[in-house]
Amino acid sequence: MSDRTSDALNRAPSDVDRSNLDLGTPDKTYLDSNELIINMGPQHPATHGVLRVILKLDGEKVLGTECVIGYLHRGVEKIAENRTYTMFNPYVDRMDYCAAVSNGLGYCEAVEKLMNVEAPARAQYIRVILTELQRIASHQLWLGTHALDIGAMTPLFYTFRDREEILKIFERYCGARLTTHAFRIGGCQYETYAGFEKDVKNFLAFFAPKIDEYEALLTTNRIWLERTKNVGVISGADCIALGVTGPLLRASGVKWDLRKAQPYAAYSEFDFEIPTGVNGDTYDRYMVRMKEMRQSMRIIEQAVSGIPEGPIMGKVPKVIKPPVGEIYHSIEAPKGELGYFIVSDGSTQPYRLRVRPPSFVNLQALDLMVRGLLVADVIAVIGTIDIVLGEVDR
Amino acid sequence: MPNFIMSYLDPKVTVTPGSAGNQFWALMYVLIIFAGVSVAVICMNWIERKALAHFQVRLGPMRVGPHGLLQPIADAVKLMIKEDIIPAEADQFVFWIAPMIGLLAAFTVYTVIPFGPSEAVSDMNIGILFMLGVSSLGVLGIVVSGWASNSHYPLIGALRSSAQMVSYEVAMGLAVVSAILMTSLNASGTGTLSMIGIVQAQQQQGVWFIFKFFPLGFIAFVIFAIAMVAETNRAPFDLAEAESELTAGYHTEYSGLRWSLFMLAEYAAMIAVSSIAVTLWLGGWMRPFPNLLHAPAWDFIFSLFPGLTFGALAAITFIEAARMPTQSFFKIQRIGLAVFAALLGFIALLLLVIAVAGRSADMSVAARFREGIDYVYWFVLKVAGFMYLFIWYRATWPRYRFDQLMKIGWKVMLPISLGVLVVTAIVGVIFS
Repeated sequence: MSDRTSDALNRAPSDVDRSNLDLGTPDKTYLDSNELIINMGPQHPATHGVLRVILKLDGEKVLGTECVIGYLHRGVEKIAENRTYTMFNPYVDRMDYCAAVSNGLGYCEAVEKLMNVEAPARAQYIRVILTELQRIASHQLWLGTHALDIGAMTPLFYTFRDREEILKIFERYCGARLTTHAFRIGGCQYETYAGFEKDVKNFLAFFAPKIDEYEALLTTNRIWLERTKNVGVISGADCIALGVTGPLLRASGVKWDLRKAQPYAAYSEFDFEIPTGVNGDTYDRYMVRMKEMRQSMRIIEQAVSGIPEGPIMGKVPKVIKPPVGEIYHSIEAPKGELGYFIVSDGSTQPYRLRVRPPSFVNLQALDLMVRGLLVADVIAVIGTIDIVLGEVDR
Repeated sequence: MPNFIMSYLDPKVTVTPGSAGNQFWALMYVLIIFAGVSVAVICMNWIERKALAHFQVRLGPMRVGPHGLLQPIADAVKLMIKEDIIPAEADQFVFWIAPMIGLLAAFTVYTVIPFGPSEAVSDMNIGILFMLGVSSLGVLGIVVSGWASNSHYPLIGALRSSAQMVSYEVAMGLAVVSAILMTSLNASGTGTLSMIGIVQAQQQQGVWFIFKFFPLGFIAFVIFAIAMVAETNRAPFDLAEAESELTAGYHTEYSGLRWSLFMLAEYAAMIAVSSIAVTLWLGGWMRPFPNLLHAPAWDFIFSLFPGLTFGALAAITFIEAARMPTQSFFKIQRIGLAVFAALLGFIALLLLVIAVAGRSADMSVAARFREGIDYVYWFVLKVAGFMYLFIWYRATWPRYRFDQLMKIGWKVMLPISLGVLVVTAIVGVIFS
């Protein structure tokens, strides 16, 4: 037996230093069995990128978790301090790269608020259409990967097939599919192309039966119900205490959506509902997101039929120099409240820029949601939180 | 020609090679089955990828060979030339032997599977017991591989697998017992454990056991069909290798040829359990309605089926070859596909010739061949149906969670199979 092997065998688990990993103790110990510590990630098929979750297991039962993040840290907030406001705009697309348009909207609106300018009505409408399209795309990506994590392979391909149609619209609008950089401070990057309205309307007609298709695969699927009902339950009060927002909060029965609570862009002009859940379990979060996609279609339909004429850029100086001050502006991104806190010292660069990413905050709830469940549920819960590591690590 | 070869081609022989003491033909069947199953696994690999792809609105393998036909071969070559990695902290010997155990168990089951009344390696009088015993040995390979890897994910996968197989074995066994009970519904009242005997019992009673005492036979069949999916670790019961949870489960640390042995064992086991289901419930080698449509004319019509099937495959392949893009880039692929179609067409022609030549009942060698081809054809067709179901399950359903799987096994399937067994016994006593 080699030295390495004998070392591994002689090393009692208690010798391993775990002083900085206090994950709680098991209810009771059986004979001389030890709990199992497993590193799920950073390279793991179901942690959606480079999330590392240290699991403490008793057999398959999860006793506690600890998230280790930062594997995708790029210092986006620090970069902002060395770029002008305009130059930083494309960087925000790289945070939640599954919802780049929403990120851009939040940033542009924050700077606009700081400068006290407003985008013209036409720009606001285009922003709403693109952001809601992005919400659908983001939810599609979530649905596909979440279902794949739970073991259903097929929805992934269906959602990607349909997400493609949204990305085609983005591509025709701004030339990019993923990191779109669709908006500028004060309005929109581009005027809509000829046939934009028609494309969007075609997409709505195309997509309505597709949601039913997804639901036919999953909503009443017996295994799906068993895997998601009463899994990862979190109460509304816990959500609020942890700062959890977005579909997670709404699935726990709290009717809080920034599009209604603090209307931004043109959202106050549209008629839509906020779907909420009751139990706060994985299934409710699934249903909330499915209903949200339908609501997004309603918003897009209203916006695209009432899109006003006019300029797409407000009166913004060539060099953006906001006055001294600070601003916090948040929007309802697909994953929850996306906030930008900007401190301006009157120069062309932010003095400090802080992002409040929804998935970073929502990820806090993971431990609360999975304690006492099984390993398979950890995967389901990570999926249902809908994290994007680009946004968590920034 | 030596007597021991000709003895078996004589159509009067109705016993299996093993039990007839004809070691030569027993050996021949071992070789044929080993090669046949290996080829079937390779075909299954391609079909699964293609069928799964079409379920999921994509094309699947398209690059290696026309329509990806050579993909399994390319994969096999890749796996064979890959570096053979044994983790430093693994138990080397056990790590090495684990895939072999699974493979051996999967292939040994074929010893008792009858492809026809005399087309089997042996006719063990305890065939079904042997099958249950050997097929449950397959779990040993998985448990041992999980342990030997000395790694967390494989260990959890192995534990899951052992718990799962033990609990599903019980329901499976009880479902099998109700089929054995049905074999005893004859004049003498004695049943049989021999796999050939079970099919012959269905022949004598004039009904496949799936339709016997409807719905009793059907329920027992469904129990068996569910248990066999769990037994082979396939979706939606593929917890032992749940990719999204345990990366690859028990074979996480395996690579290259060893990994491919696991895959070979899995697919061989799938075919084996499907064969058992066919033998027990679906009349084994019998063609549809042998009792109602038993005139020689019907015999002839049904014996054309193998040739016609291959003919249809050849026609589809020809059409696909004709439909290929006309760029010169595709020229080789087009020729390759056309050659493949010609090969299929040749097989079709051969089968049709045998069917026509052997139609008279003058007990010629051709008649013997025709009969054998018929048996194997219907058997393989039924098994292929099961294999398609395996793919369909995988494309459609999410994965069960460990505790839910155990709950279904112990709290749902076990009581139902017990109930079916008791009711079958009572009904059998009343009606016989």
